[in-house]
Amino acid sequence: MELAKHWRLKGARYRLEGVRDGRTNTITFPPPHVPGPDDEPVILSGRGEVWSWTAVENGLDAWGGRYIIALVKLVEGPLVTAQLTDVEPDAVHIGQPVEMVTRKLRELGEDGLLVYGYKFRPLLLQ
Amino acid sequence: MRPVYLIGASQTPVAEHWNRSLEELAGAALYGALGDAGQPAIQALYVANALGGLLNKQAQLGAHLLAATGLSAIEGYSIEAAGASGGVALRQAFLAVASGVYQCVAVVGVEKVTDVLENELNVALATSLDAIAEADQGLTLAAGWALLQQRYGYEYGYDASSFAPWPVAAHANAIHNPNALYRFPLNPAKVATAAPVATPIGLLDSSTVADGAAAVIIAAAPSRGGDGARAPIRIAGSALASVALALGARPDPLWLDAAARSAGAALTAAQVNVEAVNVAELSDQHGIVAALSLEAAGFAPRGTAPRLAADGTYAQGGRLPMATAGGCKARGDTVGALGVYQIVELAAQLWGEAGPLQVPGARVALAQCLGGLGATAATHILVKE
Repeated sequence: MELAKHWRLKGARYRLEGVRDGRTNTITFPPPHVPGPDDEPVILSGRGEVWSWTAVENGLDAWGGRYIIALVKLVEGPLVTAQLTDVEPDAVHIGQPVEMVTRKLRELGEDGLLVYGYKFRPLLLQ
Repeated sequence: MRPVYLIGASQTPVAEHWNRSLEELAGAALYGALGDAGQPAIQALYVANALGGLLNKQAQLGAHLLAATGLSAIEGYSIEAAGASGGVALRQAFLAVASGVYQCVAVVGVEKVTDVLENELNVALATSLDAIAEADQGLTLAAGWALLQQRYGYEYGYDASSFAPWPVAAHANAIHNPNALYRFPLNPAKVATAAPVATPIGLLDSSTVADGAAAVIIAAAPSRGGDGARAPIRIAGSALASVALALGARPDPLWLDAAARSAGAALTAAQVNVEAVNVAELSDQHGIVAALSLEAAGFAPRGTAPRLAADGTYAQGGRLPMATAGGCKARGDTVGALGVYQIVELAAQLWGEAGPLQVPGARVALAQCLGGLGATAATHILVKE
């Protein structure tokens, strides 16, 4: 069921919480798989732009099969893989300003538990 | 380190083998390779397999296949590195023989994917991505390569049609390969109008994952084969490298750094320049995978591989023929077995046994297979002596 796994990820998924290396000031998101000794949590702005994107036509069933995925370059530096939402493929382009929103990622298991996380939509207000 | 030779090779057809199990396919390839090598006694078996635990619900393929083939007296284990499993397993065999621990060992690559439906297969293939950063967001393997192609096209000025030369050349070659999954020609217009898989990648620029097994025998002494006519093939270079699984965790996602480092190290070990390579097998599940692999290995400057492909550089008769038996696109992608298929096909090229697919005078061959989006890269250089 992976419930504990998704619970562990709540900081990154709900608050876009990454880490800053206190020594180098490098910001990493999603947070590194193995925490570093100088890592401190940092909440990212959620603003960025589309670095690349694809309209997936034969995607995974649990995610709905058809969706847009992008690599989003956050203003703080990290490059993040996430779905784009509230937009059609013909309106997406590289360099497009986007912002993070919290949305349902998928339903999990026979009980249909909802997994929430970050997606990005075209920036509403400049 | 002592010299290491390839003395036998065999493969099953790549197909939807409804009537054959994983074990039957692996056994057929292993027995074929042992027969090809003149029935040597082997001391270890390295099994390359990516998806057995997920799709066939069978782990411990080393012990399992040794028992199934009556070889339980020797050691064996399975090696998983997604699409690079075959190359990584070959490296284990190379190290075992080069170190002097063993005189003669076998590598068998096997994948059995058609016992499950497409979604389950795609979920399994997506385990080669970063589970949290990528697969949990819905990324698939094809979508990951599509992200790279979209950006590559933007930076260097290519559209989807620029990648068609790879599937077209692969299909032209596979017509002559009786073991290939698809033996019909493709033309660029067909590739361009195919249904989208993950834009800008379409169905006819996407390989099909299918069942198959391939095996090679690796030894400390060369063999001239059953009729004494074969020139020895030496594994002159072997190298493995890796980078972060997630595209976003790489400083320059369009540069396959693991592929570059493993190719560079293998060429250095073999003491050959990239210009000396006569024939190559690379990961080519989509044209973009071939393009980025060619650039990483040093066959093409960054941003130029599609232009070189359009000139026929990588087709039969070109400067560097690749996918001469059809590649992933037309021979079929056997995932964990891919790296072993590549070696079997290149051995045929170096022995001059490739028939209508023969690259004239082939002496130096390069094989490279990638795991996931290039996170693991295994490169081997074969040299005919």
